[in-house]
Amino acid sequence: MSEQTSPEKIPVTVLTGYLGAGKTTLLNRILSEPHGRRYAVIVNEFGEIGIDNDLVVGADEEVFEMNNGCICCTVRGDLVRILDGLMRRKGKFDAIIVETTGLADPAPVAQTFFIDENVGRKTKLDAVVTVADAKWLNERLKDAPEAKNQIAFADVILINKTDLVSADELSDVEARIRGINPYAKVHKTQRAKVPLEAVLGRNAFDLDRILDLEPDFLGDDHDHHHHDHDHGQDHDQDHGHDHDHAHSHSHGGLKHYHDEEMQSIALRTDKPLDPDKFLPWVQDLVQKEGPNILRCKGILAFKDDDQRFVFQGVHMILDGDHQRPWQAGEKRDSRIIFIGRNLPGKMITEGFESCIAK
Amino acid sequence: MAASGNDTVSVVERTRPIAIKGGIVAAHFLGRIAAFVLGEAAIVLVAPDGEPRRVATHDGAILDTIADGGRVISAGDDGKIVATGADGASSVLARDPQHRWIDHLALGPDGVVAWSAGKTAYVHVKGEAKEPRAFAAPSTVGGLAFFPKGFRLAIAHYNGATLWFPNASGATPEKLEWKGSHLGVTVSPDGRFLVTTMQEPMLHGWRLMDRQHMRMSGYATRVMSLSWSAGGDWLATSGAAQLVLWPFQGKDGPMGKTPRLLTPSGHRIDVVACHPRTGVVAAGYDNGLVLLARIEDGAEILAKKPGDAPVTALAWSGDGGLLAWGTESGEAGLVNLG
Repeated sequence: MSEQTSPEKIPVTVLTGYLGAGKTTLLNRILSEPHGRRYAVIVNEFGEIGIDNDLVVGADEEVFEMNNGCICCTVRGDLVRILDGLMRRKGKFDAIIVETTGLADPAPVAQTFFIDENVGRKTKLDAVVTVADAKWLNERLKDAPEAKNQIAFADVILINKTDLVSADELSDVEARIRGINPYAKVHKTQRAKVPLEAVLGRNAFDLDRILDLEPDFLGDDHDHHHHDHDHGQDHDQDHGHDHDHAHSHSHGGLKHYHDEEMQSIALRTDKPLDPDKFLPWVQDLVQKEGPNILRCKGILAFKDDDQRFVFQGVHMILDGDHQRPWQAGEKRDSRIIFIGRNLPGKMITEGFESCIAK
Repeated sequence: MAASGNDTVSVVERTRPIAIKGGIVAAHFLGRIAAFVLGEAAIVLVAPDGEPRRVATHDGAILDTIADGGRVISAGDDGKIVATGADGASSVLARDPQHRWIDHLALGPDGVVAWSAGKTAYVHVKGEAKEPRAFAAPSTVGGLAFFPKGFRLAIAHYNGATLWFPNASGATPEKLEWKGSHLGVTVSPDGRFLVTTMQEPMLHGWRLMDRQHMRMSGYATRVMSLSWSAGGDWLATSGAAQLVLWPFQGKDGPMGKTPRLLTPSGHRIDVVACHPRTGVVAAGYDNGLVLLARIEDGAEILAKKPGDAPVTALAWSGDGGLLAWGTESGEAGLVNLG
C-alpha cells in the first residue's frame, strides 16, 4: 500500500534537543557535507542564527489542539502552513529538516504528519533526532520535562560534547538515556560529528521498516519491563525537587538506571494473539492512556494469520498494517513496546496477556 | 463511476489542451483569457486561441492568488504582492519589509486588497498612500475574506475568527469563537453567514445575526476548496468522494438540514468551482477527473477524463462560456462551452 506513494514523498527529519546541546552544529554539519542533496530547512524564528542554506524558513512553533476532545491530539499549525508552501516548490529540494527550539515537544511535530492528510500525502516523517549535551543532560532530566520528552520520543540520540566529560560521566549519562528510551540508536559525538546516514534516511516511522524491537544496546537487559511499577506513587509529590529520582543498580558491569517518571515497557509472547481482542484493547489503551504514552510499536503474530502485523503510534494515534508473510523458520512471537510517563505496567501487561488467543 | 460509462454526456472533445511547465495551483479568468497560476515563480496567460504566455511574478513559491476579472493578485514567499493584468503587465502592489511569506489574500468589491503574513493581517485603506493598516491576530492567520460591501474583513485563526473594520480605527473587532484551528474562511454573498474550514475534516459556520453555530461535518479529508453557487443558494465543497453542497437559501442556512450530495465516485474531490450564472458545479478529483454537475437534478457531464495527476485548479470565465482546468503535474485545458 504505502510502497506506491512513498518514493515520491519528501522525507522530513526533526532535530530536537535542549538549548545549547548542539542542534545547530548538527544542522550545519548536515548542510555542509558534500552529499549533493538539497535541503529545505525550517528553523524557529527566534532560534540561533548562522544557518548556511538557500532555503531557510522561519517557524513559530504554534501547537494547536484538535477539536476532538483529546488534549494530546495536537498539530504544529505553522508546519501545516509551511510544508504546504514548500511543496509548491518541490523539485527544488530533496529533503526537509525541521529544527525545533529546546523547549519543544516533538509529539505535535510528529502528529502533524499523521493528522494532516495534505501534509502526509506529500511528505513523510523520517525520524526524530535528539541532540543531548553529555555534560548537562542529567541536570536537564531533573529540571526540564521537555528534555525528558525529547529523549523518550527520539529514534536517534546524539550524546554530544563527549570531550567535556569523563568516561564515567559518559557511561552514566548513557545509562540514564537508556533508562528512559532503550530503543533509540545512540551515537556519542564531539561537535555533532556523526555519519549522515546515522541521522538521515532512517525511515523510523515507516511501518515496513519495523523489523526489530530489541533494545539498542549490548548487554543483558532482556527483562527491562520487569521494573517495579510501584515507584511512581511514592514520588508523585516530589517532582521538581532537587533530589535524584533515578535509581541505579548494576549487573554484569553495566550501569542501569530506572527513571521514576518516564519508562518503557516491553512485552512478548510466543502464543498467537486474537486480533479481535488485541486491536480493540490497544485502541482502548491509547484512548485512555494516550496523554502518557509517547511512542509505541509492535510486531504481532495473530492466530490463523500467515502475515506479520505491525503497528506504531504516537500518543493516541495508531497506524498499523500487515507487513509481510512470516518466513519459514521465523519465530512467530508478538512483541510490543510502550515508552511513556507513569505507565500502568501491571494493567498493560495483564491486558496484553488477555489478548492471547484461546 | 458514472463518468466511465458510455452514456455520460461529454464535453471533452471541446477541450483545447495546453502544455504548461510546472505544477498548477490555481486558475482564474481575466475576461476570456485564462490565467494558470504555477506553484512557483509565474502565471501563464492563455487566450482561447492564443499561445501561452508566461509572466514571471515571484522569486519563489506562489502561496495564494485571487482575481477580480481585470487582474490576478498573487502572494509569494518572497514577501511580494503582485498584480498581473490580461496584457501580461505586472506590478508590485506591496512588499513585506521583512520578506516574510505572504500567506493569504482577499479582495474587496472596490478593489481593496487585504493580505496576511504570519499573525498579522493588513489592508491598504483607500486614499491612504502610506503604510497599510494592520491587525494582530491571536495566532497565525488561516484565511481572509471581505464581507460583500467591503467594510469588514473576516480573519480566520486558532479558536475562531475575527471580524475587523479596517476603516473604522476606533471600532473593536468582533470575535467569533469556536475551538480548533480555522484554516480558511468565506462569507456568504448576502453577508449573513460566515463559514470556516478547519484542521479537522469539517466546516464551521456562524449565522451572524444571532451567532448561532453550524457544524458541517462528514468529510473524508480537510476541506481545501469552497465555492458559492450563482446567487449564493449553495456552498459547494471539496474533501469528500462526492460533491457536498450545503443549502443556504432559507433564513436558517444549512442548520438542521442535510447537504445535497452529487457525483458519487470512488475518488476524492479536491477542487470545486460553481458556474457564475447557472446552477452547475465543476468538480475536480484526485484521479484527474473533472465532472460538471447540475445542482437541481445531479445530471453529470464529463469535462476531463481521469489522468495521472490530481486536479488542482478550476475556473469559469465570467460569462460561463469557458472552463479552465489544471493539474498538479502541469497539464491544463480550456473547455469551450459557448
